[in-house]
Amino acid sequence: MGTLSERILGGTAGEYVDCSINRAYVHDGTGVLTLEAWKNMGEKGIQDAAHLYVLFDHIVPANNSTTAVLQHELREFACSSFLQFSDIGGGICHQIMSEGVVLPGEVVVGADSHTCTLGAFGAFATGVGATDMAAIWMTGETWFRVPESVGIHLSGTLSGASEAKDLALTYVRRLGMDGATYRALEFIGEGTAALPMDDRLTLCNLAVETGAKAGMFYADEVTVQYLAGAGHEVQRQEPEPCTYQKEFDFDLSDIVPVIAVPPRVDTIRPVSDLVGLPLDQVFVGTCTNGRYSDLARFARIVKGRKVAVRTIVVPASRAVLQEAIRTGVLADLVDAGCTIGTPGCGPCLGAHMGVIGEGEVCLSTANRNFKNRMGIGGEIYLSSVATAASSALEGEITQPEVS
Amino acid sequence: MQGKGRAVCVGADIDTDQVIAGRYLRTKDHTIWVEHIFEDLDPSLARRMNGAVIIAGKNFGCGSSREQAAIAIRESGVVAVTAPSFARIFFRNAINVGLPLIECHLPCTEGAVVMFDFAEGWVETQGKKYPVKPLSPRMQEILAAGGLVNYMRTCR
Repeated sequence: MGTLSERILGGTAGEYVDCSINRAYVHDGTGVLTLEAWKNMGEKGIQDAAHLYVLFDHIVPANNSTTAVLQHELREFACSSFLQFSDIGGGICHQIMSEGVVLPGEVVVGADSHTCTLGAFGAFATGVGATDMAAIWMTGETWFRVPESVGIHLSGTLSGASEAKDLALTYVRRLGMDGATYRALEFIGEGTAALPMDDRLTLCNLAVETGAKAGMFYADEVTVQYLAGAGHEVQRQEPEPCTYQKEFDFDLSDIVPVIAVPPRVDTIRPVSDLVGLPLDQVFVGTCTNGRYSDLARFARIVKGRKVAVRTIVVPASRAVLQEAIRTGVLADLVDAGCTIGTPGCGPCLGAHMGVIGEGEVCLSTANRNFKNRMGIGGEIYLSSVATAASSALEGEITQPEVS
Repeated sequence: MQGKGRAVCVGADIDTDQVIAGRYLRTKDHTIWVEHIFEDLDPSLARRMNGAVIIAGKNFGCGSSREQAAIAIRESGVVAVTAPSFARIFFRNAINVGLPLIECHLPCTEGAVVMFDFAEGWVETQGKKYPVKPLSPRMQEILAAGGLVNYMRTCR
């Protein structure tokens, strides 16, 4: 009995529990502070290094000497302490963990807010800060308040040019930026079965934009098949009777292409309202929409044509890049005039590359459009991949083509 | 734990990018975060942080998990942050770095004196007392230790 969170964490909503952590990861940004906190705690050892990961993705390759020195220190530590390590070019931490690492029923923490992405596998996955992570390195466990859950009932199927990203932005709009604070989202209903794993990852990725602690799908046949492809034999998770604090219904066939307008993720407009808005940059990538299926969709639309605005495509991982090379998608993107970045977070956080200038407008497939995030005085609009592709071809916001 | 400070009012849904922008994160030098705190929200705020109690609207600290946001606020000399609700990662981070948070809906007048007493469970401003939602016992212990680093040094 109970919600998926209650079953995995072993408690009832509202209760405080101590949990062993199955997998814990940091990236080059939060890892630096984690290492500092761990040292300040007295360097009392590392618990179960085989399940601790250090995955460089935020500023890759290093952009200056300061970053290089910080990364060097973290790299040396990760290797000498036998933590699982992925250097520059390996890809985004959440993506790497989604490529056959995280399994249903696990408790996963990452020192990054978008760790909730991995709830797509029926794991309880949530973001923590660096100091919490340092304590987890030391003890292998942490405390949680078992969250209340919000049921997101899905029915129907996506149609036309609508994507999981459009549904994600639509549910964030409906719940609001703090609509699920301290709670877990559970995506349920007959509409879930037809959603491939990449769509589930996109939907869970945006959970934190409603304040949620986690966004979760029950492991089903899609999960079993996906993980079988990575060599794991896993069981389905059957929903059991449980209590949701709130419930929302979404008919996927009603979802239309939308855009989140700056500076809030929960302020959306139909693409049709914004057609003609001039763009300075298009960015395709991130833990939201940088997977192979996203790159392939973008390539199908731009293939044989030229983008009319500078367009940066950043694969979410090396595996994504390799697949794009193998299938010719990468060549199609380059031929269409796109610039390809090192697998990682790319310009999303405005720290090292693809920064936009004052007064510039970027259409991005990422998950945040906060003020100045990608550059001081620049504005970020968030959309699906198809909307980004059609818009890149025109140099202005354009209705997405069905790819 | 007790405290007292001057009110500094900020709005709702203040994300951690606004507390400290991504372009200042790649350092361990806390003074840089103090210097640039709230720069994209209101650059004049940095000068008013020392001895302040920040009175924020709902959902303070949403967005990125960056702990630099909580550290920047603490290192700026802020006594406590109050808000009707906090984003959960920020909530944990703040307690973990020893920054008191008060979950409470307070009226805000810039510069007004704000006092609080966690043991007695109240916060007072402009002559009126408001009840404070208590922290969990574990969080109270972490905060009393001055943060999770000290807690882990001494308790484990």
